[in-house]
Amino acid sequence: MLSSVPPFYYFLVSALIFIIGAIGVLVRRNAIVIFMCIEMMLSAVNLSFIAASHYLNSLDGVLMVFFVMTVAAAEAAVGLAILVLLYRGRGTIKADEINLLKW
Amino acid sequence: MIVSSLFFWIVFVLTALTAIFAAIMVITRRNPIHSAMFLVLNFLCIAVLYLLLNAQFIAIIQVMIYAGAIMMLVIFVIMLLSVEEEHRTYRIQPSPSKVIGIIVAAILFAQLIYGVAFRVLPGEIGEFTPEKIDQLGHIKTIAGLLFTRFLFPFEVASILLLVGIIGAVILSKKER
Repeated sequence: MLSSVPPFYYFLVSALIFIIGAIGVLVRRNAIVIFMCIEMMLSAVNLSFIAASHYLNSLDGVLMVFFVMTVAAAEAAVGLAILVLLYRGRGTIKADEINLLKW
Repeated sequence: MIVSSLFFWIVFVLTALTAIFAAIMVITRRNPIHSAMFLVLNFLCIAVLYLLLNAQFIAIIQVMIYAGAIMMLVIFVIMLLSVEEEHRTYRIQPSPSKVIGIIVAAILFAQLIYGVAFRVLPGEIGEFTPEKIDQLGHIKTIAGLLFTRFLFPFEVASILLLVGIIGAVILSKKER
């Protein structure tokens, strides 16, 4: 085997980054920072896909990561357009103050 | 063999620690620009981890799409909106929602670690050993799979990108 690091450590790093991203989504108030944390979580999941596919001698994980990246790119375009629209309409992108849909 | 194994360990530990450090900095910096820069560092570290896992194509795509295109868009929007720094609240007690959020995240982390630590890696061993991939080339092997077994998801991904483009144009168009 080329790489001698056991897969568990890759999963550990992936889980840590995912959880840090999740905490960021829950704690931060700036919508752009929340958006960046979501990107970080997607990328952390990609890492465990690649690790699993490497240790299983399979390429399905690599292809899956390819599609996840496509979704992330489309999400970035639409999400940032929504943020620009929000800022234009309400003058703020703080997640606390965007509460029109709350009840 | 010992030397190469030691090399993998050193690179892995350094890169993983840098990635986690950058991730922590992303969620603790007050200025969104600093967060974005540390996120770029995080993506580059993950690209190095992909190289360690023998996934060169994905590493290059990670640098180009995540660290290049998406982060460029994010920084562009940050500059465009002239976002002010978050004011830190000097309260002794953190708000209950934050405490609950961190507790729930910690529980999720424990579940994830339980899921991967106390089970053997499920799934069946595939046919693409590193030798077989090297024989044809990494990108050629991926392309062969992409245009045969994964052709339908590939086409759906193109439609998804088209929808994304149309959505972005329609959302950011000024109403008249």
